[in-house]
Amino acid sequence: MYKYDEYDQQMVDARVDEFRDQVERRLAGKLTEDQFKPLRLMNGLYLQLHAYMLRVAIPYGTLSGAQMHILADIADKYDRGYGHFTTRQNIQYNWIKLEEAPDLMADLAKVEMHAIQTSGNCIRNISSDHFAGAAADELVDPRPYAELLRQWSSFHPEFMYLPRKFKIAVIASDTDRAAMRLHDIGIQIVEQNGELGAAFYVGGGMGRTPMIAPCIRDFVPLDQLVTYSEACLRVYNRHGRRDNKYKARIKILVHEMGAEEYTRQVEEEFAHLLDQGVEPPLAELERIRTFFEDPAFEDGPKTVDKSDPDFALWVERNTVRHKHDSYVSAVISLKPVGGIPGDATSAQMHLMADLATRFSFDECRVMHTQNIVLPHVKIVDLHALWTALNEAGLGEPNLDQVGDIIACPGLDYCSLANARSIPISQQISERFAANGKGDTLGELKLKISGCINACGHHHAGHIGILGVDKKGVENYQLLLGGSEAEDTSLAKITGPGFDEAGIVDAVETTADVYLREREDGERFLDTYRRIGMAPFKEALYG
Amino acid sequence: MVDPQTSSLGTSPDDVQFRFRDDEPVDHAQVTVDAFLEQSNSSAVRIEPGDDAQALIPHLDRIALVEVNFPVYGDGRGYSAARTLREAGYTGELRAVGDVLVDQLSNMRRCGFDSFAPDTPLDEADAKAAFERWPQHYQAGADTVRTIAQLRHE
Repeated sequence: MYKYDEYDQQMVDARVDEFRDQVERRLAGKLTEDQFKPLRLMNGLYLQLHAYMLRVAIPYGTLSGAQMHILADIADKYDRGYGHFTTRQNIQYNWIKLEEAPDLMADLAKVEMHAIQTSGNCIRNISSDHFAGAAADELVDPRPYAELLRQWSSFHPEFMYLPRKFKIAVIASDTDRAAMRLHDIGIQIVEQNGELGAAFYVGGGMGRTPMIAPCIRDFVPLDQLVTYSEACLRVYNRHGRRDNKYKARIKILVHEMGAEEYTRQVEEEFAHLLDQGVEPPLAELERIRTFFEDPAFEDGPKTVDKSDPDFALWVERNTVRHKHDSYVSAVISLKPVGGIPGDATSAQMHLMADLATRFSFDECRVMHTQNIVLPHVKIVDLHALWTALNEAGLGEPNLDQVGDIIACPGLDYCSLANARSIPISQQISERFAANGKGDTLGELKLKISGCINACGHHHAGHIGILGVDKKGVENYQLLLGGSEAEDTSLAKITGPGFDEAGIVDAVETTADVYLREREDGERFLDTYRRIGMAPFKEALYG
Repeated sequence: MVDPQTSSLGTSPDDVQFRFRDDEPVDHAQVTVDAFLEQSNSSAVRIEPGDDAQALIPHLDRIALVEVNFPVYGDGRGYSAARTLREAGYTGELRAVGDVLVDQLSNMRRCGFDSFAPDTPLDEADAKAAFERWPQHYQAGADTVRTIAQLRHE
């Protein structure tokens, strides 16, 4: 894992001092709320329906045991004993007091953490593949490149007041586990003629106008990565729309200007910037890489006794092949039946921290699907791990199953939402657990957003649900056929929306069509792509 | 709001609250970018958020003051305008004017602004603290500061 040196620590400490000063000036009336708002947002502090919400950055989703323990302590000390892991690999707390926020930031800084740029119209926390460094199919670990960009994007003097927020994801395998092409910039580390470089995809996103990012350059040499990123951002800062916040994301600029013209301007700016010395020395990337070298993997048993069927099911569903054949990556589901997706209590966080230390080289990861991964677990340790998880209510065997729902906080917390997401998610997971169909469906990614901003990634769900307001009543649209993986596609609306009870029935009806129509080995998405929307519409509305 | 059609466009030296230069300030009014490109014998230009700073690049040798207006602090185009001019070799005064607030000063300074004429004068102590806030910098700026990455590998 990356470790701060004195410089990184100085920067985070200076930020804590600055934020403390800003809060004091706000409370003293020297800053209006309007002036204070972007400053607090750049420190992750939102004003929500009931209280301040604080979003803590977890760069590329990677946490040490000590860091996870602090996240648990913060839940107890400043919140109500729980936290919510998000689709951008961060954690949110929902009940924060403004005057306590500077102390909270200081607590985070003690374990090399912060809330810098987790909101606001700036470059947000960089996300990555949650199996980075463990995946059998990756070219290299993508996180050193994400860390390089983290440093470049932190407190960038030119890009703090962009037209709109800006999200970057970095991956390094052909299997996309980070929804890379649905980001403002998606970067894939690739190899050409024996050299590593970066393919840049620019202008993807979800929200009210979902778009899949086009590739604007298939190879940027590693010693020009920051310079190329800077060029992409400068063209956006110069020309991105500022007249309408709903048209201000870079996807709209790339769409309206055309990918070709955007690329031409980026290339022109890039050629100029190459002479300006904005690139860190390549030695810096090499320094960062040393923090991400493999831990000391040991050969051991490659199989485990699976005579206990519950354990066998969890192993089958929640563990993923590792590049070392004596290890797996183990997913801890934060999606118990009827639970709130992504929520964890402080006790659960402490336990996950201890298990990371005991079984996974002191490391865990937050997934964009709102679960936690222990990336490097010895196969021989799996039963002990599962037993400990099960006792804490963390042993749900549902990775990528219908119960593994992504849901935004929705109208229960969020001031932007039109409808509740959490209760819909709870009812669907309860329905499919009670009728037993959940276990027969295989991979089925269900994603729920409580408004058009799409924080719950409904466009990318095999089944997506979008909550809308229909004359003061919550109404839910059903979408089918999305994917955030390497076969990225955007889901399509089935037809008229449903009320709260109706949407749960509609999801079950949709699942029934799949069960009836599927051919050997087909996932829900495969069947949908083969048979199209018509049979589903017929069953839903016919 | 200043009417861009009037001859008294822009700020005067008296409006400048912070200045990091020793030369005499330009004492005549600024003209718009369009006006400058069409006529002009003026040596002072005012850039509005939608203006193209790159259009000034062929004429930098006869400009002594560029004033960049921030009508609202949240419109960040002026930061890129400043970088663009400094990277093109502009060494004259670069003045941030308009909705310039304490918490934007240090970034503006790093983008190459060397004078500041806020609409509302800033608390001197708060501004001093803001200019001195950051011990180091991750990014290269319009100054000669060694970046953190450079310091790490000296």
